[in-house]
Amino acid sequence: MHDDHHDDPHAPLAHDHPQTEFEKRVDAVQALLIEKGIITPDDVRRAVEEMDSRSPALGAKVIARAWVDPAFKGRLLANAKRAIAELGIEFTQEAALFAVENTEKVHHVVVCTLCSCYPRGLLGYPPDWYKSLNYRSRVVVDPRGVLKEFGLELDANVEVRVLDSTADMRYLVIPPRPAGTERMDEEELASLVTRDSMIGVARARTPALQ
Amino acid sequence: MTPRFKPGDRVRVRADSPPGHIRTPKYVQGKTGEVAGIHGAFRNPETLAYGRDGLPKQFLYVVRFDERDLWQQYRGSPRDTLLVDVYEHWLDPA
Repeated sequence: MHDDHHDDPHAPLAHDHPQTEFEKRVDAVQALLIEKGIITPDDVRRAVEEMDSRSPALGAKVIARAWVDPAFKGRLLANAKRAIAELGIEFTQEAALFAVENTEKVHHVVVCTLCSCYPRGLLGYPPDWYKSLNYRSRVVVDPRGVLKEFGLELDANVEVRVLDSTADMRYLVIPPRPAGTERMDEEELASLVTRDSMIGVARARTPALQ
Repeated sequence: MTPRFKPGDRVRVRADSPPGHIRTPKYVQGKTGEVAGIHGAFRNPETLAYGRDGLPKQFLYVVRFDERDLWQQYRGSPRDTLLVDVYEHWLDPA
């Protein structure tokens, strides 16, 4: 193997933007916490690594199990943290977790109007739009209009329930199982469950036509 | 420790803006809704935010409002609701 990558042209390494006041403050607080022995750099690294390991695939696994196993769905609706632990998923957030079910008659959509509360332990980082002032301020006032912008038009006879997650409870939406999936196994079903369907701004994918 | 309210109770959210960190959105303050459920007791984030212990724990309720009671111009169905998590010290009987 020859070592030729030193010749690759690339821009000089540099910060891609000047540090903001918030970044400076975070760095200063982190440096103080380390200096005082309250946390170590390895604690910070492990916390970042743990957070980065979470993704909507975890939530999709939970939903697929709920679709194939009604008893599991019952336990998920009754005590979500305990139910996901059955699948080996530890919800490490201190907050509690609550599952709600979307049906033909009731549609839940989740928001945090105060900040960006989100079931990160199950879905990973929230999408940028979830944190945007636009979504947070409008979905509570006009949920049907906002859902329509996401491409989801709900019948007038569907009851819309907006869940404002302001405190210590995180919400997971169980989307309805799409039609035409009767023969699919759990893994195939999980591939139909999108992040957005677990927030309530979309339906699960429908299977590709054979 | 027992919750002050039970599901079905009518409650009004206090209209208050104390200085500092609060977890009750302005748009439900002063509005009347119904207790839909009790999530349990949690340490109070409004004191936790200042490095205190957050004790005593506060009961956290999910309170249901008719969207039409929140927004005069609400355009959706009259059955549409909004559910928001509110700590007990923000609620009065209505």
